[in-house]
Amino acid sequence: MWVYEKKLQYPVKVGKCDIRMARYLSEQYGGADGELSAALRYLNQRYSIPDKVIGLLTDIGTEEFAHLEMIATMIYKLTKDASVEQLEAAGLGPNYAVRDHAMFYENAGGVPWTATYIQAKGDPLADLYEDIAAEEKARATYQWLIDMTDDVDIQDSLKFLREREIIHSLRFREAVEIIKADREQKKVY
Amino acid sequence: MYDNQWREWRPYASPDDPCPPVPVKRYIVPPNQYIYFQPSNLPQFSLDEALCKGTLWPALYSPYTSRCNRKGG
Repeated sequence: MWVYEKKLQYPVKVGKCDIRMARYLSEQYGGADGELSAALRYLNQRYSIPDKVIGLLTDIGTEEFAHLEMIATMIYKLTKDASVEQLEAAGLGPNYAVRDHAMFYENAGGVPWTATYIQAKGDPLADLYEDIAAEEKARATYQWLIDMTDDVDIQDSLKFLREREIIHSLRFREAVEIIKADREQKKVY
Repeated sequence: MYDNQWREWRPYASPDDPCPPVPVKRYIVPPNQYIYFQPSNLPQFSLDEALCKGTLWPALYSPYTSRCNRKGG
């Protein structure tokens, strides 16, 4: 089970009415390398991974939901007061046609999230290397998003999220080392 | 201090390129790539600073500056 804390992992402030950015941020909301994919990928893989690294997948998977919430907050703040004309000008006309101001799990191009974005191979190395790749891709996506806005407040939150991807990548690589080292330990039967 | 995280390479530029070529391309290599397994007792940021930066350890910190050129704010 989870315990919910009614606050964000890191403060989200949006300093500028740049609705265009809401659409690009969707890449981290419902994109292939976004936070939803990350959370669901890790929290599913953990059942079939050696028990020494289950806790890591649980912790990181949980943190990804906290990141998802931060991204959702940014998108919400950017779009909640936008007029239909403003949404259309920002490329969000199709979203309004479907669901008014509601958000959805789509990537920056409007392609809906799909479970085919994530894998579970059942092989610990294959799964962990997928996770490492996912963290590097998410880090790169954050870089491009930081490049696309001059809003220093959004940049600040995105820089925090980018740094977390770097930490997660190292933790998954450490998990690979733990998996590899298992044989060297003395087994007592 | 953290400039050493950036790498540069020079793609081929043709005299017939339709747009002005970008002579140097850059990419960042965060410091986690050089840590095999994090050692114990690394120096730490203060807690406030760590919460702001997203990591407790300066050895794992990778700053990133926006390449956004647009003016205003």
